Amino acid sequence: MRCGDLKESYLEDEKIFQSLFVKICLGIFFVVLLIVPFVAGPYVLYIMNLIGFSIIAAVGLNLLTGFTGQISLGHAAFVGVGGYTTAILVTRLGFPFWVALPCAGFVSAGMGLIIGIPSLRVKGLYLCIATLAAQFILEFVFVHWESMTKGIRGINVPPPRIGSFEFNTEKSYYFITFILVILVVGFARNLVRTKWGRAFLAIRDRDLSAEIIGINLFRYKLAAFAISSFFAGIAGGLWVGFIKVVTPEHFPFSLSIQYLAMVIVGGMGSILGSIFGAIFMTLTPELLNMLVGSSKEMFPGLDQFFIPLKDIIFGGLIVGFLVFEPHGLAEIWHRIKTFFTLWPFSY
Amino acid sequence: MDIIPQILVSGIAAGGVYGLIALGFVLIYKATSVLNLATGEFMTLGAFVCLTVLIELSAPFGIALLVTIVFAACLGALTEKIILRPLIGEPIISVIMVTIGLASVLKGLTHMFWTSQFKSFPPVFPPQPLDLGFAIVPSGLLWGFIFAVICTVIFTIIFRYTRIGLAMRATASHQQAALSMGISVKRIFAISWSFAAITAALGGIIIGNISGVSIHLGGIGLKVLSVIILGGLDSIIGAIIGGFIIGILENFAGVYLDSFFGGGVKEVAPFVILVLILMIRPYGIFGKPLIERV
Repeated sequence: MRCGDLKESYLEDEKIFQSLFVKICLGIFFVVLLIVPFVAGPYVLYIMNLIGFSIIAAVGLNLLTGFTGQISLGHAAFVGVGGYTTAILVTRLGFPFWVALPCAGFVSAGMGLIIGIPSLRVKGLYLCIATLAAQFILEFVFVHWESMTKGIRGINVPPPRIGSFEFNTEKSYYFITFILVILVVGFARNLVRTKWGRAFLAIRDRDLSAEIIGINLFRYKLAAFAISSFFAGIAGGLWVGFIKVVTPEHFPFSLSIQYLAMVIVGGMGSILGSIFGAIFMTLTPELLNMLVGSSKEMFPGLDQFFIPLKDIIFGGLIVGFLVFEPHGLAEIWHRIKTFFTLWPFSY
Repeated sequence: MDIIPQILVSGIAAGGVYGLIALGFVLIYKATSVLNLATGEFMTLGAFVCLTVLIELSAPFGIALLVTIVFAACLGALTEKIILRPLIGEPIISVIMVTIGLASVLKGLTHMFWTSQFKSFPPVFPPQPLDLGFAIVPSGLLWGFIFAVICTVIFTIIFRYTRIGLAMRATASHQQAALSMGISVKRIFAISWSFAAITAALGGIIIGNISGVSIHLGGIGLKVLSVIILGGLDSIIGAIIGGFIIGILENFAGVYLDSFFGGGVKEVAPFVILVLILMIRPYGIFGKPLIERV
């Protein structure tokens, strides 16, 4: 009898679902996720939707930052571009949401290409500054291109609909988010084990060597920017359809940092990690919120500590993970899994 | 009165402060090859500390200044010791991210201690503006400028003519050679961070004097990035000249372009300039052209 997890080909090693056990677990997990909307209350579903949007955006950013090694401090701005494109297409040109959403992705991707161009000339610190500049310039555009974005008043967006059915509740919207998250995660997970994914990794590890072994840096770097921004655009469009309004305040610099925090806390260079990161970073403020709410009687005036506390915890998580656990939650998850594979005979 | 000299003068005055803050960036970059994105928060913190000592203890400005400097020096050295040192040798992304995380923590702490209220400094400098004949300089800008220039000169002198400055320059030019010459590179890292934190805090105090202190004061720290990119990341003279150029350009943009874009151009102009520089000449005017083109 074969004993242990023996792999005899690279194809086997690269499999996403390594064993029957994993498949069954995931199957059960999906069924649970599909049952959740029928039993959970609107607040839980609201949070789950938010987590979904975060997962899409974080996976996008991880493809760029974690896999290709191109740091981006302007991810929120791309999410914003997606959000505004959806809003403008739906309200001005009367596009159905289902057409506007992919369009938003493509417009965002185009913007990502433009921002990505400096990455061909500069990298590291300089690229980080360039994307930071992009964030502020795009924010300026959102506020000041009044004829298109209606400035700080924002645009009201009707909810998406099929026929006469409107997706205007947390429950119905959950299914849209769910399907898109699966599509995005599936695409990303498959992408990173193809030629493209390997090219991204090579560029991250050493761009000069990558070029020497025949990887077209121009193409792959820009592709990474485009795919990453495409996902950001989709996340933005979805988000806008969900909250039914879009204003410049939804996409501040701090949101960019939040996305980066997701990628780092979850684990750079791991799709599963970005999912963990997105869940973790979305739940943390909500938990804090509840904590503050429940301790209001004991400590009145705690509310004013909430926003700074959020900043402190986000920053603290980034610093803490970078210093103590650079591979993030994905690595912790991996360690727990290995521990139990061999448990109770760990040697 | 003509408007152009007035804009020029305001630009130069603002540029002096930018130059001082940019100096902090350059000091850290030269010594440790790290870009400190938490500079803005160092500024805010410095301004608040100074303000608190001034108001709560009703101390004279000189003492408040001294307290702030000591505080900033400790903050800088601690930051380096606790947060940056474990990351030596890690990829640049991690190091940048850690300063961003630090910025977020410091911002939260400042917010917690001093709330988000807007506060203004008690009048420290004589209020009468200076009339140059062709332009009028408001008192805040004038004294801010003078103060910034004095600080910049002091730091330049330290950097050029003292033992510590020599050690810092040696470390910047070749770490291992410096180590083998008996320079404690660790100490130089800590000192560079302290100096940078001090320049940031001083910049914060100046800007706080001109336009009041709030937790959003630190936004200027990010604007100064355009100054150091323009001047060159590793050039002190570049930081100072870049400061003046950005200050002037920003003020011109604010006056002449605001009507086209509906306000706020002054805030975004440095970033547009930044992108243009990165596309044309990423290493800046005085920087070493060391960028690998890939």
